[in-house]
Amino acid sequence: MAGYLSILIGMILVNNYVLAQFLGICPFLGVSKKLDSAVGMGVAVIFVMVLATAVTHPIMTVLNDFKIGYLQTIVFILVIAALVQFVEMALKKFIPSLHKALGVYLPLITTNCAVLGVCINNIDLGYNYPQALVNSLGAGIGFLLAMVLFSGMRRKTEGSTAVPKPFRGVPITMTTAALLSLAFMGFGGLV
Amino acid sequence: MKEKVNKLAILTKGIIKENPNLVLLLGTCPTLATTSSAFNGMGMGIAATAVLICSNIVISLLAKIIPDKVRIPCYIVVIAGFVTLVQFIVQAFAEPLYNSLGVFLPLIVVNCIILGRAEMFANKNNPLDSALDGIGMGLGFTLSLTVIGAIREIIGNGTIFSSFFLGDPDAFTISLPFVSDNPMMIIALAPGGFFVYACVIAIVNKILDKKGKTPREFSCQGCALASMCQQEKCIAELDSAEIKKGVEA
Repeated sequence: MAGYLSILIGMILVNNYVLAQFLGICPFLGVSKKLDSAVGMGVAVIFVMVLATAVTHPIMTVLNDFKIGYLQTIVFILVIAALVQFVEMALKKFIPSLHKALGVYLPLITTNCAVLGVCINNIDLGYNYPQALVNSLGAGIGFLLAMVLFSGMRRKTEGSTAVPKPFRGVPITMTTAALLSLAFMGFGGLV
Repeated sequence: MKEKVNKLAILTKGIIKENPNLVLLLGTCPTLATTSSAFNGMGMGIAATAVLICSNIVISLLAKIIPDKVRIPCYIVVIAGFVTLVQFIVQAFAEPLYNSLGVFLPLIVVNCIILGRAEMFANKNNPLDSALDGIGMGLGFTLSLTVIGAIREIIGNGTIFSSFFLGDPDAFTISLPFVSDNPMMIIALAPGGFFVYACVIAIVNKILDKKGKTPREFSCQGCALASMCQQEKCIAELDSAEIKKGVEA
């Protein structure tokens, strides 16, 4: 049990996917302008990450059985793309309210490197099935946490005239992300 | 003659004028993650360039055969195939690089530069133009990764192009006299990545501003999937409109 907890805390705070490992930077910078969209995107990412791991982890065992582990990249990206499409269709049909809240973000997640990254990392780190699921859950929650904190910080800098002109827009956003990343470095050695 | 000038323009525009990760702001993840040293950045750039050239050629050849509705998954399969090839080559001939790039080597498959060029250029142009575009964009990507990597390595470690091929750290190391005694480790770590990238973009913005061009923002215009999801565009536009209102109030 303690092992799972340390994986979870480690993924959320110490090895945060966005701030320490640079995975999923595009949605982190692109969809964090408003708190609502940041939360929506974060929840959608948690959902897809756990689901994708639940599906790709057993598939890797099959690939290894046939000794075609090198097809990992091709198989994983196809499975994730198809999975996201099916999830979107299923949500639209059965839970329209949830589709309205999360559906917008689902196509964006197809080519999100954080989702493919967590699936590949789970295999590389040699996690078993429950450990891999906990790891993905932690990565997703860490992403949500970073998004929510960052959208709060961005409100102050966005459109501010106090920022020097060349730094307006993307550079000040990046600098803010650097400060948040610096704060998260304080968690180093926690686990 | 005019034809030749056109070809040259396709080749060179990606290097500086439309540099993919400094001007178009695509592919931010590898730019931040693999630039802790100049050599890492260059390796990543070359690997991505190889995939980009091959996928551009194949996609422009297949453009007429692929049905419009399933084109994105088809592009992804083509790109994933070449990424697997490049993974093999790097693992065989440059294992230290393979280990240091880690998960970011297979993640070339979701790099938005490659999917973006397939969607915006390769499927509308002939194979030769697409190959030239791939070379130009790839060189631009490699150049900016190497520059960012070099800045981070000089300030953060006091060396340049160290731990060269074959895992021999002493092979081509050039230690710089003052900075190697007082390295600022933080620049080579995660926060430094964000900060150095921010500074480089600020310099590019200054130059663009002098030329009378507006710097790019993170938005749908850079996204390869923009044509597929119209909804997100509206949301992004709504967001910026609301923020403007908030500042005025």
